[in-house]
Amino acid sequence: MNAQPFFLDHIWLIPMFPLITAAVMLFYGRRLSNNIVSWLCSGSVFVSFIFSVGAFFQTVAKPSSERVATKVLFEWIPAVPYHMLDGRIAKFIADWGFQIDPLSCVMILIVTGVGFLIHIYSTGYMAHEGGYYRFFGYLNLFMFSMLMLVLANNLLLLFVGWEGVGTCSYLLIGFYFHKKSASDAGKKAFIVNRVGDAGFLLGIFLTSALLGTIRFTDIGPALAAGGFAIGDPRITAIALLFFVGATGKSAQIPLYVWLPDAMEGPTPVSALIHAATMVTAGVYMVTRTNAIYQLSPKAMGLVALVGAVTALFAASMGVVQNDIKKVLAYSTISQLGYMFLACGVGAFTAGIFHLMTHAFFKGLLFLAAGSVIHAVSGEQDMRKMGALSKKIPITYWTMLIAALAIAGIFPFAGFISKDLILGKAYEKDAVLWAIGYFTAGMTAFYMFRLIFMTFHGTSRVDHEAEHHIHESPKSMLVPLVILAALSIIGGWISWPEIFGGNSHFINFLSPVVAVPHEARMEPLKGPSSRLGELYLMLLSEGLVILGILFAWYLYVKRTDLPEKIAKGFGGFYRLVYNKYYVDQLYDAMFVNRAKDLGLALGAFDRNVIDGVGVNGAGWLTLFISKVSIWWDTWIVDGSVRLGARIVWLFSYPVRLIQDGLVQSYMLLIVLGLIGFFGYYFYVAHHAIR
Amino acid sequence: MVPVDQYLWLSLALFTIGVIGVLTRRNVIIILMSIELILNAVNINLVAFSHMFGSVDGQVFAIFVITDAAAEAAVGLGIILAFFRNRETLLADEMDMLKW
Repeated sequence: MNAQPFFLDHIWLIPMFPLITAAVMLFYGRRLSNNIVSWLCSGSVFVSFIFSVGAFFQTVAKPSSERVATKVLFEWIPAVPYHMLDGRIAKFIADWGFQIDPLSCVMILIVTGVGFLIHIYSTGYMAHEGGYYRFFGYLNLFMFSMLMLVLANNLLLLFVGWEGVGTCSYLLIGFYFHKKSASDAGKKAFIVNRVGDAGFLLGIFLTSALLGTIRFTDIGPALAAGGFAIGDPRITAIALLFFVGATGKSAQIPLYVWLPDAMEGPTPVSALIHAATMVTAGVYMVTRTNAIYQLSPKAMGLVALVGAVTALFAASMGVVQNDIKKVLAYSTISQLGYMFLACGVGAFTAGIFHLMTHAFFKGLLFLAAGSVIHAVSGEQDMRKMGALSKKIPITYWTMLIAALAIAGIFPFAGFISKDLILGKAYEKDAVLWAIGYFTAGMTAFYMFRLIFMTFHGTSRVDHEAEHHIHESPKSMLVPLVILAALSIIGGWISWPEIFGGNSHFINFLSPVVAVPHEARMEPLKGPSSRLGELYLMLLSEGLVILGILFAWYLYVKRTDLPEKIAKGFGGFYRLVYNKYYVDQLYDAMFVNRAKDLGLALGAFDRNVIDGVGVNGAGWLTLFISKVSIWWDTWIVDGSVRLGARIVWLFSYPVRLIQDGLVQSYMLLIVLGLIGFFGYYFYVAHHAIR
Repeated sequence: MVPVDQYLWLSLALFTIGVIGVLTRRNVIIILMSIELILNAVNINLVAFSHMFGSVDGQVFAIFVITDAAAEAAVGLGIILAFFRNRETLLADEMDMLKW
């Protein structure tokens, strides 16, 4: 292999920096002061960021067809021969290998960049919390896992990162583990993710069984060599299994239920893991394996449909939430739906583009929400906020920018990425577009409902908290401002061509999603005209502005109306407010059934294993030992005692002689002597004769 | 000169009285005294035969027996004294603890 430029050759160092500090934190963190913890942890992420920037520039410097660099550190699982599905023998190889191409470049920049800002923010936000070092240790461990995920050069190593981020997510959601709801939410996230991971793992197995490789760079050629036709059911199966994994990690229907509960974690965690990075891993994975998806129109169709429906479904729930973080959580699910919609219609690059802009503005929204919560002494209910815009102006303005970005107001970042997706969706299928379009309106509505309820109108803050309202420290505000700037300009790197731009970003990414073999999906239906694209944009702008005005009317102008509307739609409102009773449905269908199974197994354990097995064995042992005791007492001891008894019986008459009276002994001696002498004389007398 | 058989008859009589005393009397002191009689019966025999054979060996043995009797009386009386302190009795038929 030719020598790579420095940063590309040392790409493996990027995840190592956070890993080292994570290890330091988790082993020695207790002994370190908060100051050192902050410097070490943020510093390591910053070094990773520098390396990522270096890697990015060295990748860009290459010609666009050669922008894939791999670095294999060592052979992780040595070549194990096995039979593929078609009977050929392949070798299962999993390297500890890293791959840097435009897609990973974008991901590591997002992860380390946004991650670094959130680290800085956390030093302010978590300053007064216990377990400071633990928080940063987990956070750095997460950074390591996420970077492994996006830098892995094969599916199995990606899965390592995939599970690592899941674990860190669990640890950080349950950071306030003494709170029952937090530890429950952590478990829920972990368990729901396991469902998706099972699918992903099966997908990896099927990939290696079918294609004989799990290395990303080999999957495309293997597909070409295998001569798979478009719509091959085996390929569709792999794609669907991968998508099951993606729905778990990226909170799509039907596995989205964990994400709203994940808001129990500290707010920087929500920003980093549950908005900007981890939840986008599913989108990344689908894009990374796009060669497989492009062979399966059915799977693509399902991805697009699930994405679109999730976007709408989650947005509808976001409209009625009163917890500021829950609104953002549903918004995240909804935006992830957009990304999957983009992937599903074949616009993988647009999906990644939206992933990036979303990381900026949703990360910002969460951080700003954290700043608001910080200001009102931990209150999260928007009904107990209001009129905060003057008191915490920087938070207000940055959050407003983020809201404008996510709503899709021209020329903020969200506008460019979202309209790119909607445009692609329209080319593919008008119904998908309509769903996305309607969701955009709802997004604008609920985001500005949040803004208006929190920052405008009359103050409903508790009297106690009212006195303590204060702007957050600089360490929290600086990341807000930087992210706000990115939320504005972040989209400009792919300025639409109709506005005289050149879609740099999309072109940068497109080699990754180029289908490397003859099998190609049919081209998208009729390329829309430039005019049509413009119309679509105007249309969505119109709806977005309508949504904002509607929110203003309901939550600033006529604050009595929302309640009346809620009453008017009584049943439907309750249905949406209770999140469509999906949690209850899952509880009834799966959770309680699993519990029932556990109880049944427990009863089996108690009655059969313990009852028949253990207690039975105990009873049997007792019985045998009782028999043994009986034998020992009556037969063994009995024979001994019988012997003793016989001896006693014979000795009894003899011992009567020993009466203790010295005179009786004397008498016996005398009698004996008389007898002895008598006999003696008798014999002597006869002998003489 | 007194013939030796007369000494022997005397000795036999003393011996018999001694044995009967030992066997029949209840008081241990009298039993002890009866034993002295037996010992002295032996002494008479020894002296008689010594005289008959014209040898002093028997008389020497008689002196030994007297010494022995004195020692025995001392030990016997000591035992009786100790026993009396414990059991407040001198009757031989009540001294029956040393049995099965």
